[in-house]
Amino acid sequence: MTFWLTQIFNGVSYGAIVFLLAMGLSLIFGVMKVINVTHGTYFLVGAYFGLTTLKQTGNFFLAILIGGIAIAVMGIVIERVFLRRLQGNDLGQVLITMGFVLVLQDAILVIWGPDPVSMDAPKFLASTGRIGGFSFPMYRLFLIVFAAVTAAALWFFESRTKIGSSVRAAVDDVEMAGGMGVNVPVVFSLVFGLGSFLAGMSGVLAAPWLGIQAGLDFEILPFAFVAIIVGGMGSLKGAVVASLLVGIIDNLGKTFFPEFAYFTLFLPMAVILAIRPSGLFGRAM
Amino acid sequence: MTDNGPMLKVEDIHTYYGDSYVLQGLSLEIAEGQVMAVLGRNGMGKTTLIRSIIGFTKPRTGKVTFDGADITALQPHEIVKLGVALVPQGRRIFPSLTVMENLLLGEKEGSDDGGEEPWDMDRVLALFPRLKERLRNMGNQLSGGEQQMLAFARSLMTNPKMLLLDEPTEGLAPLLVRAMGETLSKLKESKLAILLVEQNMKFALASCDYVHVLNRGRVVHSSTPEELAANEEIKSRFLGV
Repeated sequence: MTFWLTQIFNGVSYGAIVFLLAMGLSLIFGVMKVINVTHGTYFLVGAYFGLTTLKQTGNFFLAILIGGIAIAVMGIVIERVFLRRLQGNDLGQVLITMGFVLVLQDAILVIWGPDPVSMDAPKFLASTGRIGGFSFPMYRLFLIVFAAVTAAALWFFESRTKIGSSVRAAVDDVEMAGGMGVNVPVVFSLVFGLGSFLAGMSGVLAAPWLGIQAGLDFEILPFAFVAIIVGGMGSLKGAVVASLLVGIIDNLGKTFFPEFAYFTLFLPMAVILAIRPSGLFGRAM
Repeated sequence: MTDNGPMLKVEDIHTYYGDSYVLQGLSLEIAEGQVMAVLGRNGMGKTTLIRSIIGFTKPRTGKVTFDGADITALQPHEIVKLGVALVPQGRRIFPSLTVMENLLLGEKEGSDDGGEEPWDMDRVLALFPRLKERLRNMGNQLSGGEQQMLAFARSLMTNPKMLLLDEPTEGLAPLLVRAMGETLSKLKESKLAILLVEQNMKFALASCDYVHVLNRGRVVHSSTPEELAANEEIKSRFLGV
């Protein structure tokens, strides 16, 4: 029983990280139809920004904020200066986001060096919680709560605010949104900024657990892609459910069939897509 | 507002879709309060004309002036802000927005300077009472007729000076086409300029003050609706009737 609780708890905590990353990817794809390959690298660069902030200030929550903001600014600049010129040119966009992966990975080597680094969680989160015979790292519980609060905030933004309805309109039909007076370039920047913020922030949040090292970006990006493909592009509910599924399935897979780790993740994805090509909660594109 | 000049002036525009050359030097003018119909067979450039005005597909050369301002190079949202509203072909209601959200999306306060009462939620719902019962429904839960009402209603919520109507009767039952005609004649009483692109010649001629016929991206005939109705040669050559 405790074994299963631990596995599921770990799966849900990993799912929380995947959700934060996937939601940004999903927003960006939903509104701008850009497959942002750089998204995983945003996660990694965000973690490094967080690390530097933590070293300078000792404030973990400031590190989360700065990691998010730095990546948001970077994302908005990349969108405005590069991606916007390639609107409608899918291949060009994928290529340029891939190019930024290489540029950023090299920048990391130059600025932060090639060695893996670790980052400490704040003391009050470094303890171990205990409920009966089930013990768990407090920090992972914090991750789950943090992701849940973020999901609630995003839901409120999307469904209860005027800007949120403009964003949904742009997901539905970006051209017609412009034809109704929605300032589409501003919505694009906002969405790209928000999506990038979530990526940078999730990198900092993951660092005390997963560490920070070259290659982590492409380790985690497939999980985010699986989550939004399974959940349905642009769907918040889908991203929540699918991220949890991805986290739990991956954890159980790695525990029981470590040599087939990717198989246990991608097989369910293939099955779900075969039955529902637009994902669990997605609309037909 | 310009003094006596046309509300919309399209001057010699040439618009392409990729490599295909659709509008080949099209010009027309619409005055305040005028209902102008544009007829033509499929593929003759009617929708492209609408897209060129609202800024979806920019003309390569030529000029579009609205209410005295050159809008040729503006973004669609800027053109909408100046007072152009679109009721697009196929309605293009936002499915993940409620009817209420669809209406509020482009909401813009009107000015009372013309003496004309501005459009707001109450006035729009009075014109389309059916939508009142549907406010909480999602955009994709409406019937075709209701979608057309919503497409109309949300365009009015922007308090436009000009409406672009792209085949508003397409796919509507005869009863609803008649209702659409009544709506148009009500709107005509306000000073709204209306550009009506249609396949349904009977409907267009009954609603408009003046009519242009398009063929291969050019205006090939311009007259009053009565004159066109009597001109069998133009009708058979360019409209297939």
